Parts: sequence; structure tokens; C-alpha cells
Amino acid sequence: MPSAMKTETSVIEVSHVTTKFGQAVVHEDISLSIQRGEIFAIAGGNGCGKTTLLREIIGLIVPSSGTIRLFGIDSRKLEMGDGHPVHRRFGVMFQQGGLFSSLTLAENVAVPLREHTTLSEMLIHDIVAAKIAMVELPPGSAAKYPNELSGGMRRRAALARALVMDPELLFLDEPTAGLDPIIASGFDELVQSLKNLLGLTVVMVTHDLDSLWQITDRVAVLGYGKVLGIGTMEELFQSDDQYIREYFQGDRGREARKQAARQTAGRDA
Amino acid sequence: MEQQATISVENNVVYCRGAWTLPNLPQLERRGQTLQWPDASTILYNAAEVTAMDTGGALMLRRCIDGLQHKGHQTSLKGLRPEFAQLLQRVQAQPTQAGNKAAVRKVKWVPSPIRVIHSRQDSAVRALAFIGESTLAFFRSIARPQSIRWKSLMRFVELDGVRALPITGLLTFLVGIVIAYQGAEQLKKFGTNIFIVDLVGISLLREIAPLIVAILIAGRSGSAYAAEIGTMKVTEELDAVRTLGISPMNLLVLPRVLGLIIALPLLTVYADVVGVFGGMLIALGELNVSFVEFVTRFEEAVPLRHFLIGLGKAPFFAALIALVGCYQGFQIRGGVDDVGRHTTISVVQGIFLVIVFDAICSILLNWWDL
Repeated sequence: MPSAMKTETSVIEVSHVTTKFGQAVVHEDISLSIQRGEIFAIAGGNGCGKTTLLREIIGLIVPSSGTIRLFGIDSRKLEMGDGHPVHRRFGVMFQQGGLFSSLTLAENVAVPLREHTTLSEMLIHDIVAAKIAMVELPPGSAAKYPNELSGGMRRRAALARALVMDPELLFLDEPTAGLDPIIASGFDELVQSLKNLLGLTVVMVTHDLDSLWQITDRVAVLGYGKVLGIGTMEELFQSDDQYIREYFQGDRGREARKQAARQTAGRDA
Repeated sequence: MEQQATISVENNVVYCRGAWTLPNLPQLERRGQTLQWPDASTILYNAAEVTAMDTGGALMLRRCIDGLQHKGHQTSLKGLRPEFAQLLQRVQAQPTQAGNKAAVRKVKWVPSPIRVIHSRQDSAVRALAFIGESTLAFFRSIARPQSIRWKSLMRFVELDGVRALPITGLLTFLVGIVIAYQGAEQLKKFGTNIFIVDLVGISLLREIAPLIVAILIAGRSGSAYAAEIGTMKVTEELDAVRTLGISPMNLLVLPRVLGLIIALPLLTVYADVVGVFGGMLIALGELNVSFVEFVTRFEEAVPLRHFLIGLGKAPFFAALIALVGCYQGFQIRGGVDDVGRHTTISVVQGIFLVIVFDAICSILLNWWDL
């Protein structure tokens, strides 16, 4: 709901979160806040707890200590999945899509509408078709089952389902991992344009350097259980931290930066 | 956000006001159906007071406008905020109704008989191919016993045999008690108490214990085989096995089949002992047949062949159950409900085949006077 702007500016408030699985410490005293209307990325190496943090924010896991507030509401209250009204205000796209394999693509996208609204069948059909077109899936794929779709299509379908309630907040877990470069950059553009169109706040977990450079407003780098750095990509690129330097200033990082600069130049021209 | 959305007509101008968002749409839709639409050649939409709009709201507005255009009216829209206009633009280009006709799959209540025969034919051919393949693999591995995966075979003996001991024991014990109770009532009437031994011994050893164990194992292990292999197929583990140059028959099917062929007869013997013991307790309690009398009579009354017939059926039961389970596992194509469906089929078919095989045995053995 783009216009329903409130006075609060930070949508997500993570404060002093510590996560332990048995002996293993995943997060140690993490704090960050995410502002309304930005594309925020959580980056970091494999196994540094990016996805865990995301799952904590959306209330799937409870942190060992510390609090997370989503729209000002403690995420502990979301844990039950009991249809708390906040669930309508965010959409999540899981890494593997999380599509229901017994339903067709169109039925998958329609699930939140059928659960949470009393719309007429015709309107549901229209909205579903509009969303499927919005994520640039061919209309013919609507009748297919998830196992008949390719990986990229499945992810788009999951995005359509996440967006169908027109949430204010969109979570993406590794949206471009395993996609070919053309589809991946297409996905980035899609996220960007949907963000502008629907006024979304986007939180994404990724280690795709191209995505990080091209669409994010701010990035938090996790490592060794802590937030090593937080800021725009350019700021992080200049960071003194050993790990962040390695992460962003390797060959791939520099290349991605150049690429992003070229694209911005191209867009301006 | 509790704001209402309204649509109203004043002097051939359609006024749209409020929050055109999902929660308000049902009410807007009803309102739109009862609305007296203006009948002028040009109809103006005034949307200056729309305070919020999402995709659903934009679609609704789109539908109102398109509906009037279809009736041959000219429409013009003014006052919509630029960000909402952009959204309206985006949903404009979409074929709304035509596109999702395809989304509704036609369900045929009665499938055409030819299709059914074809699909039956297909599955019969696949089943035959599977039986052939596994038989070949079996003989090949007999020729080269070192190619059998003994470690995994023994794991299945443990999982499907040793771990099943408590439940099979309890069940056959109870069945022994039930049979003895039922018999005791009748035998008491004739004063032929000692015949309880014949009743319990022959029925349990020859038929009931092997059958109970087989049915239990079909539910316990047959379903597990189907689900395991099916999940491996869904997660591409099977493809990995094939590309690594390992035969899935050798790796997955043979250890399960051979493991169960070893485990089931052992379980049957155990079930025989426990079941007869259950019968003995009732014989003592109800008919005053002491343990010593029972065992002495057992040696005379129950020839060895009954025990051997019961035991001899067990490996065949095992092969049927394991093969059906594995075969159904390979038939899983992906998707959660597919796993469930084939697991169910594996159990039903396993039990079905066990009972059919048992009936055939009874008829044949009767002919041969065994």
C-alpha cells in the first residue's frame, strides 16, 4: 500500500540479537535497522547466518536473546503463524520458492487471497493474472504445476505469490542464486521496478555481487557472528575491515562495481 | 488504513474516493454492481480523492472503466495521483480474463476407457521391466557375491527385522491369545480340551503368524522403501547414483529385497514362538492344559511340515513386499502428493499380493495333500 505512509521510518528494528544453536554461536549481539522504502541487502559468506537472521526477522526462528521489531511489533508474537494481521503486510520469497507442489502456479499465487480476503472468484482471477504478468511469467504457465516449471520460473512464481497481497515489505532469500546472468539481472531489474511501482521496502539475503552493486541502497555484511559493516556499497568498498575488503575488492567485486557504474552511466545517457 | 472506499455517480461524473485497497475491494465490488451507471456519451471519472491504491484497486478501477467503454461510452479519467496512474497503466496492458481461462484445468470425472487402458498398459510394461531388471541384477550378484553390498544389506536386516521384533512379538502374542480364547469356548463343550494344541499350533505356524508378520512388514518397511527411493528421486540423488556409474538396482533395490528375504523368515519363527506361547497361557488358564502337556501334545499333533510351509512362504512374501515398495518408489515423479500416493499404493499392493500369494499356496498345497 504505497500511500499508507506512516510516521515511523524504520520498518525493521533488530537490537542486540544473539543466536545459538546448541554450542554454535551464529549471531553475537547484532543490531541493525531497516528504513521504509529502501532496498536493504544482508550479505556475507556462506554459513554466516544470513538466512537465519532473515528467518528470525519474519518470526520463523526465535533468537536466543535480543529483540526484533517488525512494524514495531515484537517478532516473537509472529511465531505461531496464527494469522496475525502483520502477516498481510509482508511477503516472503524463499530460496527454493516454497511453492505448494499440489497446486498449479495460479492456485499458488491465489492462496493468500483466498485465505485472507473475501474477494469474488472473478476478481481473484484478475489479480492473480495481473501478478503473474507483473513478474513477467507467460500467461500459459499459470496452469502448470511447480515441478513442471524451471528454476527461474519457480522463483518468479514465488515472487508473484509474495506480492499478491500488495505487501509493504518484501523479503527475498537469495533471489538470484543459481540463475543465469541474463535471468539474474532481469530479476534484479524486476525487483527494482516493482519496488518503484508498488513502493516496497525490500530486504534481501544475497551474495550476488552484481545484485549488491546494482539495486541495493544499503548493505549489511555479516561475518564472525557480527555485523562487520553497514552502509552503501561505495562506503563498504572503501571499508578498512579485512573481511569486507576481501569480500568486495576481489576480482569479482571490482568487476561487478565497474559493471554497475557502466549500467548507471548507460541509464543516465 | 480503516479508511473506506467509495464509488458514486453525480451528474454523469463517477467519483472514486478513499482507499482502493484489497480489504475494501469486496465492498467496492458489491457497490459497483448496484450502482446506477450514467448514460451519457462521455463519462468523466474523478479519482482525485483516492488516497491509497494497490494492484487490486487498480484492477477494479480498470474494470469499471473498461466496462463502460465496452458499452460504447467515452471515458476520461482525471485527478489520479501519478503513482497510482502508473499502477493503473501497468495493469492496463494485461489480458485479464482471456489469459487465465487456461489456468482452470478441465477435470474429467469419467476418464475415457481407452486412456485408462493405455495408462494401465504403460504401468504393466514398467512393472514387468522392473521385475526383469531386478531379477537380472539378482542373478548377476549371485554369480558375483562380492558385488552385493553386504553392509547396507545388514542394515536393512537390522532396520526391518531386529527393530520390528517388539511390535511383531506383541501382535502375534495377542493373536495367539485371541485364537485360543475362541477355540477354548468350543472345545470345552466337547471336553476335548487338549485339542487346543492342534488348533493354536497348526493355524499359527502354517498361516497366521507368517501372514500377520508379512502384513505388518508391508506397512512398516514397504512404505519406507517407497518413500526413501521416491525422495531420492525428487532430490536428484538417483540421478547422481546413475551418473556415478552405480546401478540403482545394486545399490538400492537388492540390499532391501535380500535384507527383507533374510529378516522376514526370522521374524516369522519368532512370531511362531511368541504366538504359541500366548495360546499356551490361555490353554492353562481356561482349559487347564499345563505347559508340559501342551508341549508333549505339540510334538505329536503338529507335524514339522506345517512349520516349514509357514516358514517357506515368508521369503516370497518378503520379495513381493520389497519389490513393490522399491518399484513404487521409482514411479514417484516429484511433488509432495506424489510421494504420498505411491507410498500408499506400495502398502496396499504389498498386502494385496501377500494375501493373493497365500491363497494360491493354500489351494495348491491342498491339491497336493500337504
